[in-house]
Amino acid sequence: MRRFVTRVFAIAAKEVVQLRRDRLTLGMVVGIPALQLILFGYAINTDIRHLKAAVADQAATAMSRELITAVEASQVADIVAGANTATELEELLRRGQVSMGILIPHDFERRLASGDRPAAQLLVDATDPTVLATATALTELTLGDPLRRPSPGTAPAIFEVRAYYNPERRSEVQIVPGLIGVILTLTMSLFTAVAIVRERESGTLEFLINTPVRRSELMIGKIIPYIVIGLVQVSIVLGLGVLLFRVPVRGGLFDLYLAACVFIAATLALGLLISTVAKSQFQSMQMIMFFFLPNILLSGFMFPFEGMPRAAQIFAELLPLTHFVRMVRGIILRGATLGEVSHEIWPLLAFFGIVMTAAVLRFQKRLD
Amino acid sequence: MNHLALEVPKGRIYGFLGPNGSGKTTAIRMLCGLLEPSQGHATVLDRRLPDEAEDLRHHIGYMTQKFSLYQDLTVDENLRFVGRIYSLSDEQWRRRMTVARDRYDLGAIGSQLAGTLSGGQRQRLALASATLHKPELLLLDEPTSAVDPETRRSFWDALYDLADEGAAILVSTHFMDEAERCHYLAVLDDGRKVADGTPNQLKAAIGVAIVDLELADPVQGRNVLTETAGVVSVAQLGARLRVHVEPSAGDPTGLVRSTLEAAGLEARPVAVKPSLEDVFMAVTR
Repeated sequence: MRRFVTRVFAIAAKEVVQLRRDRLTLGMVVGIPALQLILFGYAINTDIRHLKAAVADQAATAMSRELITAVEASQVADIVAGANTATELEELLRRGQVSMGILIPHDFERRLASGDRPAAQLLVDATDPTVLATATALTELTLGDPLRRPSPGTAPAIFEVRAYYNPERRSEVQIVPGLIGVILTLTMSLFTAVAIVRERESGTLEFLINTPVRRSELMIGKIIPYIVIGLVQVSIVLGLGVLLFRVPVRGGLFDLYLAACVFIAATLALGLLISTVAKSQFQSMQMIMFFFLPNILLSGFMFPFEGMPRAAQIFAELLPLTHFVRMVRGIILRGATLGEVSHEIWPLLAFFGIVMTAAVLRFQKRLD
Repeated sequence: MNHLALEVPKGRIYGFLGPNGSGKTTAIRMLCGLLEPSQGHATVLDRRLPDEAEDLRHHIGYMTQKFSLYQDLTVDENLRFVGRIYSLSDEQWRRRMTVARDRYDLGAIGSQLAGTLSGGQRQRLALASATLHKPELLLLDEPTSAVDPETRRSFWDALYDLADEGAAILVSTHFMDEAERCHYLAVLDDGRKVADGTPNQLKAAIGVAIVDLELADPVQGRNVLTETAGVVSVAQLGARLRVHVEPSAGDPTGLVRSTLEAAGLEARPVAVKPSLEDVFMAVTR
């Protein structure tokens, strides 16, 4: 029994000493819970406000302007764009520049007076059911002097809601496209995160860096096979999504795969950068987890982007997944072309360029 | 590493001898440009390191101390990879593979995973990989420390063939039998070159007299001799002692005999020619 205790203690003491030498692991012991708490506590808020909205005010009367003011005052929507027609509003929706369009028709005041049907329309991007629910709250809005109006409940709401892209409010329709990005984030970054450090651990790096291979050649060669693997994964998730969950694919497949290519390259580059920093494969994995958490929580995949505080939103803009989720939802669910969501592809290309350059520069063909 | 100048002539094998920790591996890595000198620079094949390290890589071959090829690739796949990374044409690669398969006896194990090879097979594969691009200078870091004497001998035959074809070869080792096989030797101690020359030159210039004797109680003899003025070092080899004596002692054999007799030990010491191990012990003391 005493020997049992001594030997258990010997093992435990050795583990503590080894752990103390592994600074990164020690950092993660503190970092991961702290990060989780902050993200869940502060950044995640399903009570969303300030949806981006566009207005087509065809009536252009005092009453219509009053309605716009009331919408803004509700804080549900921020008017960020103007349009002339319903088609223009739909275009803005498809591009993902707004999540909501407010259409006030020419005969707005007449409709309001007659009161037999809704006077204006809300065009809502319903790919995210939470956004639709929030926008629907605007139908409870009233205008002007409450005394002048008939008692509430009898009059029709001012707004009629038209849900676009996911009218049945099926959450799998919203989840599946984003899931492509989530799966790619995890698998792709893991593939390359061990790429260099594995060569270092197995001793092959000393052989490799003594050959004429250039740093950039090594890095590019390391990511090419995984781009193909990533595209295979895209096909699997998309195929199953269509087959099992009847996810509508409204946009072009070429656009989708091209967007996925850029995203995959960006994620692989990040893995490579991690691989040049990590001292062991275990450290790489930890860093991937550290990177993965905010991606899942802040990218808009799980919780609506609009619900996050400003600081979290700015941070989320730095994550590749944020842009890919928007892009892939646009292409798959809203039928957008790559050109129409190109404002999301530039950040990904920039991310790839910067991170890849950093990885190449960090990697030295030396052992010191 | 300090002011280390090594002249490795074409077609010759240059031995790099030194105790563990003397800086052999560090020196070789510096010569490959894998380590940057903390001060100053290195020049290899007229190329200044670290600036021209990349250009140098086409002209040197390096065999690491630890097996550093891909264990999850087969022998042929490893060599295919090496050929491509050194930009050999398919034709060149095929021609050189024919030679390499024969010289390094790799024909039968081409489709075997490198991780499953024996120590000797690994050494041969590593040497084949390091020479596939026909380097002018071949650097080998303790190439045979993990193999049996028979394998070591055939490995050295391959080295002589390579030297005969005009390669300059630098081999680090701490094996005396390996050192004996080199055309030239440099002895490294604590990052400095402490002696160099052919094995015979080194033996001739050893600077101590060597006395060999057999004793019934070698441990006591060793203790007595170690304390004796004029005795530089004593090494025990089973029942025998090998004693290094200052040449100024005049009659080394007499000194050893009288010292032992005074301690009540009977022995018949004889003066012998120095071996490379004697040289090694004398210069790295």
